[in-house]
Amino acid sequence: MRGRSLLKRGLVFVLVLGGFWALWEGYKWLWERTGWTKPFRVNELTLPHLHEIVLQLGQPTSTGDDLWLYLLHATLFTARAAAVGFLFGAVIGFALGVILAQFDVLRRGIMPYVVASQTIPILALAPIVVRGLGSVSIGGGPPSDWVRVSVIAAYLTFFPVTVNTMRGLLSADPWALELMHSYAARGWTTLWKLRVPSALPYIFTALKIAATASVVGAIIGEQTASISKGLGGAILNFNQYYVLEPTNLWATNLYAALLGIGFFLVVLLAEKIVVHRAPERLV
Amino acid sequence: MSADGSSVVSITGLSKVFGKGGVKALQEIDLEVERGEFVSLIGPSGCGKSTLLRIVGDIVEPTEGDVIVNGKPARKARLDRDYGIVFQAPVLYDWRTVAKNIALPLEMLGWDRARRAERVRDMLELVELTGFEKHHPWQLSGGMQQRVSIARALSFSPALLLMDEPFGALDEMTRERLNLELLRIWAETGSTVIFVTHSISEAVFLSTRVVVMSPRPGRVAGVVHVDLSQPRTAATREEPRFFELVTEVRESLHATGADEVEETLAAEDEIA
Repeated sequence: MRGRSLLKRGLVFVLVLGGFWALWEGYKWLWERTGWTKPFRVNELTLPHLHEIVLQLGQPTSTGDDLWLYLLHATLFTARAAAVGFLFGAVIGFALGVILAQFDVLRRGIMPYVVASQTIPILALAPIVVRGLGSVSIGGGPPSDWVRVSVIAAYLTFFPVTVNTMRGLLSADPWALELMHSYAARGWTTLWKLRVPSALPYIFTALKIAATASVVGAIIGEQTASISKGLGGAILNFNQYYVLEPTNLWATNLYAALLGIGFFLVVLLAEKIVVHRAPERLV
Repeated sequence: MSADGSSVVSITGLSKVFGKGGVKALQEIDLEVERGEFVSLIGPSGCGKSTLLRIVGDIVEPTEGDVIVNGKPARKARLDRDYGIVFQAPVLYDWRTVAKNIALPLEMLGWDRARRAERVRDMLELVELTGFEKHHPWQLSGGMQQRVSIARALSFSPALLLMDEPFGALDEMTRERLNLELLRIWAETGSTVIFVTHSISEAVFLSTRVVVMSPRPGRVAGVVHVDLSQPRTAATREEPRFFELVTEVRESLHATGADEVEETLAAEDEIA
Protein backbone atom coordinates (compact mmCIF):
# COMPACT_ATOMS: atom_id res chain seq x y z
CA MET A 1 0.00 0.00 0.00
CA ARG A 2 2.75 2.38 1.05
CA GLY A 3 4.91 1.34 -1.90
CA ARG A 4 2.03 1.90 -4.27
CA SER A 5 1.27 5.37 -2.98
CA LEU A 6 4.95 6.26 -3.32
CA LEU A 7 4.90 4.96 -6.87
CA LYS A 8 1.78 7.00 -7.56
CA ARG A 9 3.37 10.17 -6.24
CA GLY A 10 6.49 9.53 -8.27
CA LEU A 11 4.36 9.06 -11.34
CA VAL A 12 2.48 12.31 -10.71
CA PHE A 13 5.80 14.11 -10.24
CA VAL A 14 7.09 12.81 -13.57
CA LEU A 15 3.81 13.69 -15.30
CA VAL A 16 3.80 17.25 -13.95
CA LEU A 17 7.44 17.65 -14.97
CA GLY A 18 6.62 16.29 -18.43
CA GLY A 19 3.65 18.62 -18.72
CA PHE A 20 5.79 21.60 -17.76
CA TRP A 21 8.39 20.60 -20.34
CA ALA A 22 5.71 20.16 -23.02
CA LEU A 23 4.22 23.59 -22.25
CA TRP A 24 7.63 25.29 -22.37
CA GLU A 25 8.77 23.65 -25.59
CA GLY A 26 5.31 23.79 -27.17
CA TYR A 27 5.07 27.51 -26.53
CA LYS A 28 8.55 28.04 -27.93
CA TRP A 29 7.84 25.93 -31.03
CA LEU A 30 4.47 27.53 -31.80
CA TRP A 31 5.59 31.14 -31.28
CA GLU A 32 8.73 30.65 -33.35
CA ARG A 33 6.73 29.01 -36.15
CA THR A 34 4.05 31.66 -36.31
CA GLY A 35 6.18 34.64 -35.43
CA TRP A 36 3.79 35.78 -32.71
CA THR A 37 5.23 38.43 -30.45
CA LYS A 38 2.56 38.69 -27.74
CA PRO A 39 2.93 38.51 -24.75
CA PHE A 40 6.64 38.29 -25.47
CA ARG A 41 8.93 37.50 -28.39
CA VAL A 42 10.46 34.04 -28.31
CA ASN A 43 14.03 33.28 -29.28
CA GLU A 44 17.05 31.55 -27.83
CA LEU A 45 17.59 34.54 -25.55
CA THR A 46 14.21 34.78 -23.89
CA LEU A 47 13.35 31.09 -23.81
CA PRO A 48 16.19 28.66 -24.41
CA HIS A 49 15.48 24.98 -24.87
CA LEU A 50 15.26 23.20 -21.54
CA HIS A 51 17.69 20.53 -22.65
CA GLU A 52 20.22 23.24 -23.55
CA ILE A 53 20.00 24.61 -20.01
CA VAL A 54 20.70 21.14 -18.67
CA LEU A 55 23.51 20.52 -21.19
CA GLN A 56 25.10 23.83 -20.25
CA LEU A 57 25.81 22.40 -16.79
CA GLY A 58 28.54 20.29 -18.36
CA GLN A 59 30.30 23.30 -19.93
CA PRO A 60 33.34 24.87 -18.27
CA THR A 61 33.11 28.37 -16.78
CA SER A 62 35.76 31.09 -16.54
CA THR A 63 36.75 29.76 -13.12
CA GLY A 64 37.87 26.52 -14.71
CA ASP A 65 35.19 24.39 -13.05
CA ASP A 66 32.31 23.00 -15.01
CA LEU A 67 29.12 24.99 -14.52
CA TRP A 68 27.45 22.29 -12.42
CA LEU A 69 30.36 22.26 -9.95
CA TYR A 70 30.68 26.03 -9.89
CA LEU A 71 26.97 26.37 -9.14
CA LEU A 72 27.16 23.64 -6.51
CA HIS A 73 29.84 25.59 -4.62
CA ALA A 74 27.84 28.79 -4.94
CA THR A 75 24.70 26.99 -3.74
CA LEU A 76 26.46 25.56 -0.70
CA PHE A 77 27.81 28.99 0.20
CA THR A 78 24.34 30.51 -0.02
CA ALA A 79 22.78 27.51 1.72
CA ARG A 80 25.02 27.97 4.75
CA ALA A 81 24.09 31.64 5.11
CA ALA A 82 20.41 30.92 4.47
CA ALA A 83 20.28 27.97 6.89
CA VAL A 84 22.00 29.79 9.74
CA GLY A 85 19.88 32.87 9.07
CA PHE A 86 16.77 30.72 8.99
CA LEU A 87 17.60 29.09 12.33
CA PHE A 88 18.37 32.40 14.02
CA GLY A 89 15.36 34.08 12.48
CA ALA A 90 13.12 31.21 13.57
CA VAL A 91 14.42 31.25 17.15
CA ILE A 92 14.18 35.03 17.42
CA GLY A 93 10.79 35.03 15.72
CA PHE A 94 9.49 32.36 18.06
CA ALA A 95 10.81 34.09 21.16
CA LEU A 96 9.32 37.41 20.08
CA GLY A 97 6.01 35.70 19.30
CA VAL A 98 5.93 34.16 22.78
CA ILE A 99 6.68 37.49 24.44
CA LEU A 100 4.07 39.35 22.39
CA ALA A 101 1.44 36.68 23.06
CA GLN A 102 2.11 36.63 26.80
CA PHE A 103 2.09 40.37 27.36
CA ASP A 104 -0.86 42.32 26.06
CA VAL A 105 0.80 45.69 26.59
CA LEU A 106 3.89 44.75 24.63
CA ARG A 107 1.76 43.41 21.81
CA ARG A 108 0.14 46.78 21.28
CA GLY A 109 3.39 48.67 21.83
CA ILE A 110 5.82 46.60 19.77
CA MET A 111 3.73 45.04 17.02
CA PRO A 112 3.60 48.21 14.86
CA TYR A 113 7.41 48.26 14.76
CA VAL A 114 7.56 44.59 13.90
CA VAL A 115 5.25 45.28 10.97
CA ALA A 116 7.19 48.42 10.02
CA SER A 117 10.43 46.43 9.93
CA GLN A 118 9.04 44.46 7.01
CA THR A 119 7.88 47.48 5.05
CA ILE A 120 11.43 48.78 4.71
CA PRO A 121 12.60 47.59 1.29
CA ILE A 122 15.08 44.79 1.84
CA LEU A 123 17.12 46.08 -1.08
CA ALA A 124 17.69 49.33 0.78
CA LEU A 125 18.32 47.76 4.14
CA ALA A 126 20.58 44.89 3.11
CA PRO A 127 23.63 46.95 2.04
CA ILE A 128 23.44 49.03 5.20
CA VAL A 129 23.31 45.96 7.41
CA VAL A 130 25.87 43.88 5.53
CA ARG A 131 28.35 46.76 5.12
CA GLY A 132 27.73 47.94 8.66
CA LEU A 133 28.50 44.51 10.04
CA GLY A 134 31.69 44.52 7.97
CA SER A 135 33.06 47.34 10.09
CA VAL A 136 32.26 45.91 13.53
CA SER A 137 34.68 43.65 15.31
CA ILE A 138 33.48 40.42 16.87
CA GLY A 139 36.14 38.12 18.27
CA GLY A 140 39.06 40.03 16.81
CA GLY A 141 37.70 40.82 13.38
CA PRO A 142 34.63 41.54 11.31
CA PRO A 143 32.19 38.66 10.91
CA SER A 144 32.86 36.62 7.78
CA ASP A 145 30.90 37.26 4.61
CA TRP A 146 28.40 34.49 5.00
CA VAL A 147 27.61 35.45 8.61
CA ARG A 148 26.74 38.97 7.53
CA VAL A 149 24.59 37.60 4.74
CA SER A 150 22.80 35.30 7.17
CA VAL A 151 21.60 38.34 9.09
CA ILE A 152 19.53 39.37 6.07
CA ALA A 153 18.14 35.84 5.81
CA ALA A 154 17.23 35.99 9.50
CA TYR A 155 15.59 39.35 8.97
CA LEU A 156 13.24 37.94 6.36
CA THR A 157 12.62 34.80 8.42
CA PHE A 158 11.61 36.15 11.80
CA PHE A 159 8.53 38.11 10.76
CA PRO A 160 6.22 35.33 9.59
CA VAL A 161 7.38 33.20 12.51
CA THR A 162 6.59 35.95 15.02
CA VAL A 163 3.15 36.66 13.61
CA ASN A 164 2.16 33.01 13.38
CA THR A 165 3.63 32.02 16.73
CA MET A 166 1.65 34.77 18.37
CA ARG A 167 -1.53 33.82 16.59
CA GLY A 168 -0.97 30.14 17.33
CA LEU A 169 -0.34 30.68 21.03
CA LEU A 170 -3.50 32.75 21.33
CA SER A 171 -5.51 30.11 19.46
CA ALA A 172 -5.46 27.59 22.32
CA ASP A 173 -8.92 26.16 23.05
CA PRO A 174 -10.61 28.20 25.83
CA TRP A 175 -11.87 25.01 27.48
CA ALA A 176 -8.36 23.57 27.47
CA LEU A 177 -7.17 26.79 29.12
CA GLU A 178 -9.87 26.44 31.78
CA LEU A 179 -8.71 22.88 32.31
CA MET A 180 -5.15 24.07 32.93
CA HIS A 181 -6.58 26.72 35.25
CA SER A 182 -8.40 24.00 37.18
CA TYR A 183 -5.12 22.10 37.58
CA ALA A 184 -3.67 25.31 39.07
CA ALA A 185 -1.07 25.21 36.29
CA ARG A 186 1.58 27.92 36.27
CA GLY A 187 1.81 30.28 33.28
CA TRP A 188 4.94 28.55 32.01
CA THR A 189 3.37 25.12 32.34
CA THR A 190 0.34 26.25 30.37
CA LEU A 191 2.67 27.74 27.77
CA TRP A 192 4.72 24.58 27.27
CA LYS A 193 2.04 21.98 27.72
CA LEU A 194 -0.84 23.71 25.94
CA ARG A 195 -0.11 26.93 24.10
CA VAL A 196 3.06 25.93 22.27
CA PRO A 197 1.71 22.55 21.10
CA SER A 198 -1.48 24.33 19.98
CA ALA A 199 0.65 26.80 18.02
CA LEU A 200 2.84 24.24 16.26
CA PRO A 201 0.75 23.93 13.08
CA TYR A 202 0.76 27.74 12.79
CA ILE A 203 4.48 27.92 13.45
CA PHE A 204 5.23 25.33 10.80
CA THR A 205 3.15 27.20 8.27
CA ALA A 206 5.36 30.21 8.97
CA LEU A 207 8.52 28.13 8.80
CA LYS A 208 7.55 26.89 5.35
CA ILE A 209 7.18 30.48 4.15
CA ALA A 210 10.38 31.47 5.93
CA ALA A 211 12.35 28.56 4.48
CA THR A 212 12.08 29.95 0.98
CA ALA A 213 12.28 33.57 2.14
CA SER A 214 15.61 32.90 3.84
CA VAL A 215 17.10 31.72 0.52
CA VAL A 216 15.89 34.88 -1.20
CA GLY A 217 17.24 36.94 1.70
CA ALA A 218 20.66 35.34 1.46
CA ILE A 219 20.84 35.93 -2.29
CA ILE A 220 19.85 39.57 -1.93
CA GLY A 221 22.29 40.00 0.94
CA GLU A 222 25.14 38.66 -1.20
CA GLN A 223 24.27 40.89 -4.12
CA THR A 224 23.97 44.12 -2.18
CA ALA A 225 27.24 43.49 -0.37
CA SER A 226 29.05 42.44 -3.55
CA ILE A 227 29.89 39.04 -2.11
CA SER A 228 30.59 36.94 -5.17
CA LYS A 229 30.96 33.46 -3.73
CA GLY A 230 27.27 32.58 -3.55
CA LEU A 231 24.30 32.26 -5.86
CA GLY A 232 23.77 36.02 -5.59
CA GLY A 233 27.18 36.62 -7.12
CA ALA A 234 26.57 33.99 -9.78
CA ILE A 235 23.31 35.66 -10.76
CA LEU A 236 24.95 39.09 -11.08
CA ASN A 237 27.83 37.63 -13.03
CA PHE A 238 25.75 35.61 -15.48
CA ASN A 239 23.31 38.45 -15.83
CA GLN A 240 26.08 40.60 -17.29
CA TYR A 241 26.88 38.00 -19.93
CA TYR A 242 23.28 37.01 -20.52
CA VAL A 243 23.34 37.91 -24.20
CA LEU A 244 26.29 35.62 -24.78
CA GLU A 245 25.22 32.68 -22.65
CA PRO A 246 21.60 32.93 -21.44
CA THR A 247 21.56 29.30 -20.30
CA ASN A 248 24.07 30.09 -17.54
CA LEU A 249 21.55 32.31 -15.74
CA TRP A 250 18.73 29.85 -16.27
CA ALA A 251 20.85 27.10 -14.77
CA THR A 252 21.61 29.33 -11.78
CA ASN A 253 17.90 29.93 -11.28
CA LEU A 254 17.40 26.18 -11.36
CA TYR A 255 19.91 25.71 -8.53
CA ALA A 256 18.37 28.55 -6.51
CA ALA A 257 14.93 27.00 -6.93
CA LEU A 258 16.21 23.57 -5.92
CA LEU A 259 17.82 25.08 -2.82
CA GLY A 260 14.52 26.72 -1.83
CA ILE A 261 12.64 23.47 -2.45
CA GLY A 262 15.23 21.61 -0.39
CA PHE A 263 14.73 23.96 2.56
CA PHE A 264 10.97 23.63 2.22
CA LEU A 265 11.16 19.83 2.21
CA VAL A 266 13.34 19.79 5.34
CA VAL A 267 10.72 21.89 7.17
CA LEU A 268 7.96 19.64 5.83
CA LEU A 269 9.78 16.57 7.12
CA ALA A 270 10.31 18.18 10.53
CA GLU A 271 6.60 19.01 10.63
CA LYS A 272 5.65 15.41 9.91
CA ILE A 273 7.85 14.26 12.78
CA VAL A 274 6.90 16.94 15.30
CA VAL A 275 3.24 17.78 14.73
CA HIS A 276 0.62 15.20 15.64
CA ARG A 277 -2.84 16.24 14.60
CA ALA A 278 -5.98 14.79 13.17
CA PRO A 279 -5.35 14.79 9.40
CA GLU A 280 -8.17 17.27 8.80
CA ARG A 281 -6.94 19.67 11.47
CA LEU A 282 -3.52 20.27 10.03
CA VAL A 283 -3.28 23.90 9.02
CA MET B 1 -29.07 20.17 54.85
CA SER B 2 -26.72 21.05 57.62
CA ALA B 3 -23.17 22.12 57.17
CA ASP B 4 -21.64 19.28 59.13
CA GLY B 5 -18.23 17.73 58.51
CA SER B 6 -19.39 15.51 55.67
CA SER B 7 -20.24 18.47 53.46
CA VAL B 8 -18.01 18.75 50.38
CA VAL B 9 -19.58 21.86 48.90
CA SER B 10 -21.29 24.57 50.85
CA ILE B 11 -22.73 27.52 48.94
CA THR B 12 -24.31 30.44 50.80
CA GLY B 13 -25.92 33.62 49.50
CA LEU B 14 -24.29 33.27 46.11
CA SER B 15 -25.06 35.85 43.41
CA LYS B 16 -23.47 36.56 40.08
CA VAL B 17 -23.88 39.65 37.93
CA PHE B 18 -22.20 39.78 34.52
CA GLY B 19 -20.87 43.13 33.37
CA LYS B 20 -21.33 46.47 35.07
CA GLY B 21 -24.92 46.68 36.28
CA GLY B 22 -25.58 43.97 33.76
CA VAL B 23 -27.38 40.66 33.66
CA LYS B 24 -28.11 38.98 36.94
CA ALA B 25 -27.18 35.37 36.25
CA LEU B 26 -27.55 33.93 39.75
CA GLN B 27 -29.38 35.20 42.79
CA GLU B 28 -29.20 34.09 46.39
CA ILE B 29 -28.13 30.48 45.85
CA ASP B 30 -27.79 28.24 48.90
CA LEU B 31 -26.72 24.66 48.36
CA GLU B 32 -24.99 21.91 50.31
CA VAL B 33 -23.48 18.83 48.70
CA GLU B 34 -22.56 15.93 50.98
CA ARG B 35 -19.66 13.58 50.47
CA GLY B 36 -20.44 10.83 47.98
CA GLU B 37 -23.52 12.58 46.63
CA PHE B 38 -24.41 12.79 42.96
CA VAL B 39 -26.19 16.11 42.49
CA SER B 40 -27.61 17.25 39.16
CA LEU B 41 -28.35 20.86 38.25
CA ILE B 42 -31.19 21.16 35.77
CA GLY B 43 -33.06 24.11 34.34
CA PRO B 44 -33.87 26.03 31.19
CA SER B 45 -31.28 28.17 29.46
CA GLY B 46 -30.44 31.32 31.34
CA CYS B 47 -30.92 29.65 34.71
CA GLY B 48 -27.17 29.88 35.28
CA LYS B 49 -26.56 26.21 36.04
CA SER B 50 -23.31 26.18 34.07
CA THR B 51 -22.26 29.43 35.69
CA LEU B 52 -22.96 27.95 39.11
CA LEU B 53 -20.77 24.94 38.27
CA ARG B 54 -17.98 27.20 37.06
CA ILE B 55 -18.17 29.31 40.20
CA VAL B 56 -17.85 26.18 42.33
CA GLY B 57 -14.79 25.24 40.25
CA ASP B 58 -13.30 28.73 40.65
CA ILE B 59 -13.29 29.31 36.92
CA VAL B 60 -15.69 32.24 37.34
CA GLU B 61 -15.75 34.48 40.40
CA PRO B 62 -19.01 35.14 42.23
CA THR B 63 -20.24 38.69 42.72
CA GLU B 64 -21.50 37.91 46.20
CA GLY B 65 -21.60 34.98 48.56
CA ASP B 66 -19.30 32.17 49.59
CA VAL B 67 -18.34 28.84 48.11
CA ILE B 68 -16.64 26.53 50.58
CA VAL B 69 -15.18 23.29 49.20
CA ASN B 70 -13.71 20.74 51.59
CA GLY B 71 -13.78 23.38 54.30
CA LYS B 72 -11.84 25.99 52.35
CA PRO B 73 -12.60 28.73 49.81
CA ALA B 74 -13.07 27.60 46.19
CA ARG B 75 -9.83 29.25 45.12
CA LYS B 76 -7.83 27.38 47.73
CA ALA B 77 -9.59 24.16 46.73
CA ARG B 78 -8.58 24.72 43.11
CA LEU B 79 -4.97 25.39 44.07
CA ASP B 80 -5.07 22.14 46.07
CA ARG B 81 -6.32 20.36 42.92
CA ASP B 82 -9.61 19.31 44.47
CA TYR B 83 -11.50 19.51 41.16
CA GLY B 84 -11.82 17.14 38.28
CA ILE B 85 -13.66 18.82 35.43
CA VAL B 86 -15.41 17.29 32.43
CA PHE B 87 -16.79 19.64 29.78
CA GLN B 88 -19.39 19.05 27.09
CA ALA B 89 -16.53 18.49 24.65
CA PRO B 90 -13.78 16.02 25.59
CA VAL B 91 -11.10 18.77 25.31
CA LEU B 92 -8.33 16.23 24.73
CA TYR B 93 -4.93 17.33 23.50
CA ASP B 94 -4.59 16.11 19.92
CA TRP B 95 -0.82 15.91 20.15
CA ARG B 96 -0.93 13.58 23.13
CA THR B 97 -1.80 9.92 23.12
CA VAL B 98 -4.72 8.67 25.21
CA ALA B 99 -2.30 7.61 27.97
CA LYS B 100 -0.54 10.99 27.98
CA ASN B 101 -3.84 12.85 28.03
CA ILE B 102 -4.87 10.98 31.15
CA ALA B 103 -1.43 11.61 32.68
CA LEU B 104 -1.57 15.39 32.06
CA PRO B 105 -2.80 16.39 35.54
CA LEU B 106 -0.44 13.86 37.12
CA GLU B 107 2.52 15.53 35.40
CA MET B 108 1.48 18.79 36.99
CA LEU B 109 1.29 17.14 40.37
CA GLY B 110 4.89 16.05 39.87
CA TRP B 111 4.24 12.30 39.87
CA ASP B 112 7.17 10.28 38.54
CA ARG B 113 6.91 8.26 35.34
CA ALA B 114 6.36 4.86 36.95
CA ARG B 115 3.61 6.12 39.23
CA ARG B 116 1.91 7.89 36.31
CA ALA B 117 2.05 4.77 34.15
CA GLU B 118 0.49 2.69 36.89
CA ARG B 119 -2.34 5.16 37.46
CA VAL B 120 -2.99 5.51 33.74
CA ARG B 121 -3.29 1.73 33.51
CA ASP B 122 -5.83 1.71 36.35
CA MET B 123 -7.79 4.57 34.79
CA LEU B 124 -7.93 2.92 31.37
CA GLU B 125 -9.28 -0.18 33.06
CA LEU B 126 -11.83 1.91 34.94
CA VAL B 127 -13.23 3.48 31.75
CA GLU B 128 -12.75 0.21 29.82
CA LEU B 129 -10.28 1.58 27.27
CA THR B 130 -7.37 -0.76 27.94
CA GLY B 131 -5.46 -1.27 24.71
CA PHE B 132 -6.09 2.27 23.46
CA GLU B 133 -3.29 4.00 25.38
CA LYS B 134 -1.18 4.58 22.27
CA HIS B 135 -4.05 5.97 20.20
CA HIS B 136 -4.45 9.64 19.46
CA PRO B 137 -7.78 11.27 20.35
CA TRP B 138 -8.92 11.71 16.76
CA GLN B 139 -8.73 7.96 16.26
CA LEU B 140 -11.47 7.40 18.87
CA SER B 141 -15.25 7.80 18.71
CA GLY B 142 -16.94 10.68 20.53
CA GLY B 143 -18.07 8.41 23.35
CA MET B 144 -14.59 6.95 23.81
CA GLN B 145 -13.09 10.44 23.82
CA GLN B 146 -15.45 11.48 26.59
CA ARG B 147 -14.48 8.40 28.59
CA VAL B 148 -10.82 9.45 28.26
CA SER B 149 -11.87 12.89 29.48
CA ILE B 150 -13.54 11.29 32.53
CA ALA B 151 -10.46 9.15 33.18
CA ARG B 152 -8.29 12.27 33.06
CA ALA B 153 -10.60 14.08 35.49
CA LEU B 154 -10.51 11.18 37.95
CA SER B 155 -6.82 10.31 37.53
CA PHE B 156 -5.65 12.38 40.47
CA SER B 157 -8.61 11.37 42.70
CA PRO B 158 -10.06 14.86 43.12
CA ALA B 159 -12.47 15.46 45.96
CA LEU B 160 -15.11 16.76 43.60
CA LEU B 161 -16.03 15.89 40.04
CA LEU B 162 -17.65 18.76 38.11
CA MET B 163 -19.40 17.71 34.90
CA ASP B 164 -20.88 20.28 32.53
CA GLU B 165 -23.31 18.47 30.21
CA PRO B 166 -20.65 15.85 29.52
CA PHE B 167 -22.88 13.68 27.36
CA GLY B 168 -24.83 16.48 25.67
CA ALA B 169 -23.06 16.08 22.34
CA LEU B 170 -23.45 12.31 22.15
CA ASP B 171 -26.17 10.22 20.54
CA GLU B 172 -28.89 8.72 22.74
CA MET B 173 -27.51 5.15 22.68
CA THR B 174 -23.98 6.18 23.64
CA ARG B 175 -25.37 8.50 26.23
CA GLU B 176 -27.36 5.80 28.02
CA ARG B 177 -24.38 3.46 27.99
CA LEU B 178 -22.11 6.15 29.41
CA ASN B 179 -24.72 6.98 32.07
CA LEU B 180 -24.44 3.42 33.33
CA GLU B 181 -20.69 3.52 33.13
CA LEU B 182 -20.52 6.80 35.01
CA LEU B 183 -22.66 5.33 37.81
CA ARG B 184 -20.33 2.32 38.03
CA ILE B 185 -17.29 4.62 38.20
CA TRP B 186 -19.01 6.81 40.77
CA ALA B 187 -19.73 3.75 42.93
CA GLU B 188 -16.21 2.35 42.53
CA THR B 189 -14.40 5.60 43.28
CA GLY B 190 -16.79 7.02 45.84
CA SER B 191 -16.54 10.43 44.17
CA THR B 192 -18.77 13.39 44.84
CA VAL B 193 -20.30 14.64 41.59
CA ILE B 194 -22.02 17.85 40.50
CA PHE B 195 -23.55 17.27 37.10
CA VAL B 196 -25.14 19.87 34.82
CA THR B 197 -27.67 18.55 32.33
CA HIS B 198 -30.75 19.58 30.43
CA SER B 199 -32.12 16.07 30.25
CA ILE B 200 -34.71 15.31 32.91
CA SER B 201 -34.40 11.54 32.58
CA GLU B 202 -30.62 11.68 32.71
CA ALA B 203 -30.75 13.79 35.86
CA VAL B 204 -33.17 11.43 37.58
CA PHE B 205 -31.38 8.27 36.48
CA LEU B 206 -27.94 9.40 37.67
CA SER B 207 -28.57 11.50 40.73
CA THR B 208 -29.14 11.13 44.41
CA ARG B 209 -30.58 14.64 44.28
CA VAL B 210 -31.82 16.88 41.45
CA VAL B 211 -31.61 20.64 41.93
CA VAL B 212 -34.16 22.40 39.72
CA MET B 213 -33.24 25.94 38.76
CA SER B 214 -35.35 28.76 37.35
CA PRO B 215 -34.17 31.43 34.93
CA ARG B 216 -33.63 35.19 34.95
CA PRO B 217 -32.22 35.48 37.49
CA GLY B 218 -31.07 31.94 38.21
CA ARG B 219 -32.41 30.58 41.49
CA VAL B 220 -32.95 27.21 43.11
CA ALA B 221 -36.60 26.50 42.43
CA GLY B 222 -36.77 23.12 44.07
CA VAL B 223 -34.90 20.01 45.09
CA VAL B 224 -36.03 16.47 44.25
CA HIS B 225 -34.57 13.63 46.31
CA VAL B 226 -34.12 10.59 44.10
CA ASP B 227 -34.80 7.51 46.20
CA LEU B 228 -34.30 4.94 43.45
CA SER B 229 -32.33 1.98 44.77
CA GLN B 230 -28.64 1.54 44.08
CA PRO B 231 -27.02 0.20 42.01
CA ARG B 232 -29.11 1.41 39.13
CA THR B 233 -29.37 -0.61 35.97
CA ALA B 234 -30.99 -0.31 32.57
CA ALA B 235 -34.14 -1.71 34.23
CA THR B 236 -34.25 1.28 36.58
CA ARG B 237 -35.50 3.38 33.67
CA GLU B 238 -38.62 1.19 33.51
CA GLU B 239 -39.56 1.35 37.20
CA PRO B 240 -42.80 3.22 38.00
CA ARG B 241 -40.90 5.23 40.63
CA PHE B 242 -38.53 6.43 37.91
CA PHE B 243 -41.45 7.88 35.96
CA GLU B 244 -42.93 9.45 39.08
CA LEU B 245 -39.65 11.21 39.76
CA VAL B 246 -39.30 12.33 36.15
CA THR B 247 -42.79 13.80 36.41
CA GLU B 248 -41.94 15.46 39.69
CA VAL B 249 -38.86 17.13 38.19
CA ARG B 250 -40.79 18.14 35.08
CA GLU B 251 -43.58 19.73 37.14
CA SER B 252 -41.03 21.49 39.27
CA LEU B 253 -39.48 22.87 36.08
CA HIS B 254 -42.86 24.06 34.77
CA ALA B 255 -43.59 25.64 38.11
CA THR B 256 -40.59 27.87 37.56
CA GLY B 257 -43.03 29.78 35.41
CA ALA B 258 -41.15 29.44 32.19
CA ASP B 259 -43.52 28.48 29.42
CA GLU B 260 -40.52 28.19 27.19
CA VAL B 261 -39.12 25.41 29.37
CA GLU B 262 -39.94 22.70 26.84
CA GLU B 263 -38.34 24.37 23.88
CA THR B 264 -35.37 25.76 25.73
CA LEU B 265 -34.73 22.40 27.33
CA ALA B 266 -34.74 20.88 23.91
CA ALA B 267 -32.53 23.42 22.27
CA GLU B 268 -30.39 24.57 25.08
CA ASP B 269 -26.77 25.25 24.54
CA GLU B 270 -25.87 27.24 27.54
CA ILE B 271 -22.87 29.48 27.43
CA ALA B 272 -22.07 31.07 30.72
